[in-house]
Amino acid sequence: MAAGFKTVEPLEYYRRFLKENCRPDGRELGEFRTTTVNIGSISTADGSALVKLGNTTVICGIKAEFAAPPTDTPDKGYVVPNVDLPPLCSSRFRSGPPGEEAQVASQFIADVIENSQIIQKEDLCISPGKLSWVLYCDIICLDYDGNILDACTFALLAALKNVQLPEVTINEETGLAEVNLKKKSYLNIRTHPVATSFAVFDDTLLIVDPTGEEEHLATGTLTVVMDEEGKLCCLHKPGGSGLTGAKLQDCMSRAVTRHKEVKKLMDEVIKSMKSK
Amino acid sequence: MEGAMQADAKIRSESGTESGPRGPACSLRHFACEQNLLSRPDGSASFLQGDTSVLAGVYGPAEVKVSKEIFNKATLEVILRPKIGLPGVAEKSRERLIRNTCEAVVLGTLHPRTSITVVLQVISDAGSLLACCLNAACMALVDAGVPMRALFCGVTCALNSDGTLVLDPTAKQEKEARAILTFALDSVERKLLMSTTKGLYSDAELQQCLAAAQAASQHVFRFYRESLQRRYSKS
Repeated sequence: MAAGFKTVEPLEYYRRFLKENCRPDGRELGEFRTTTVNIGSISTADGSALVKLGNTTVICGIKAEFAAPPTDTPDKGYVVPNVDLPPLCSSRFRSGPPGEEAQVASQFIADVIENSQIIQKEDLCISPGKLSWVLYCDIICLDYDGNILDACTFALLAALKNVQLPEVTINEETGLAEVNLKKKSYLNIRTHPVATSFAVFDDTLLIVDPTGEEEHLATGTLTVVMDEEGKLCCLHKPGGSGLTGAKLQDCMSRAVTRHKEVKKLMDEVIKSMKSK
Repeated sequence: MEGAMQADAKIRSESGTESGPRGPACSLRHFACEQNLLSRPDGSASFLQGDTSVLAGVYGPAEVKVSKEIFNKATLEVILRPKIGLPGVAEKSRERLIRNTCEAVVLGTLHPRTSITVVLQVISDAGSLLACCLNAACMALVDAGVPMRALFCGVTCALNSDGTLVLDPTAKQEKEARAILTFALDSVERKLLMSTTKGLYSDAELQQCLAAAQAASQHVFRFYRESLQRRYSKS
């Protein structure tokens, strides 16, 4: 009977739960879904990570290649992120050129990398003006159940921590690059940006980590990306109901706690990898 | 008689916050708006902020493709064309921001199974482009007579490395700034409808910029009102 009510009046069904300060899957309004992360699963990539946020599954693979540095910044390498939402993950996506959702997510990840200065682009330069690394970050969603931005940011961060670049020296005589695959070093990750997404309901209620259905019923969304010092890299609120300054404050404090949770998880995983 | 009305306003505004010793007099650039300048679209507006200029056209409520129709409200579409080159991923991201902002204010339920299309063309970009696009879109929606529950405006804030706030930055100020925050605020309660930011900043700075933007938005809404009053009083 509840299933029938849910089909006919999904918003009313949802409101009944919100009145009791909980959600259909049993979570509190401020509770995240179980987050699991697995790094180094793709052996052919230079760095990889798989993140599961409840049912939402996102995998990030990073390949490092050589490229000529851009002419206006000859001492910097570059990072090219790309988010792919294939038809596999949800019935709302069709095959073909990337849809709007995928493009917006790609732009969001590019902004996070740029704003948070997660890696210093100068670190990617091998020989100024001639050779530098370019990191292609491919983020593919395997299962779409809401909150894709949080999962993508976390997957990107975990994968970057996993990337090992071989040492490259330029041979003076031939001018060619010589790669020493035996000597690899990790990237210098300067900050750890963590995204926290909220959904706004009926213009007043804020819930954390919306699922796919909740996102569909919400009147607005908000994503806050914070680094460890409490500095904001990105406040992404693409329209939707209005929020007051006080509500934003609540979001910030929740984002700070979430950052600690994620950082703890990341450190555990990195430690377990390195001890192998 | 419908005619193009030009309304100019030179506005100065204080930063409006008491926190910290910094808070120089921030000023918005000279802005101008012209409505009903295109004959084909149902509504059109050209918004000028300093040297940044955006032309907006609104078609709607009009017929919608069956694949895109929503049974109980209007389908809103935004197309943003850059000044040079083909639209890319950054334009798609901005279109999504503008579309969601418009969806929050337009009363789509009054026109179910129709489409309202907002087309924006960047004429010149000299800083604060997204805010100018939002203002032009709002004026064009008003000109088209699309029912809305509130007006909205865009305000850009730039934070310098020493912590000073500059409202409505020029292209040069944007390049030198440490962080650029763009907000869309509604006219009824000055609530935050849309926000997009670039760069690193702290939570307190965010609240400061938001308060400054809310104070500046009052001037923008007053300008909207004056320009519309002038237009309709003539006819």
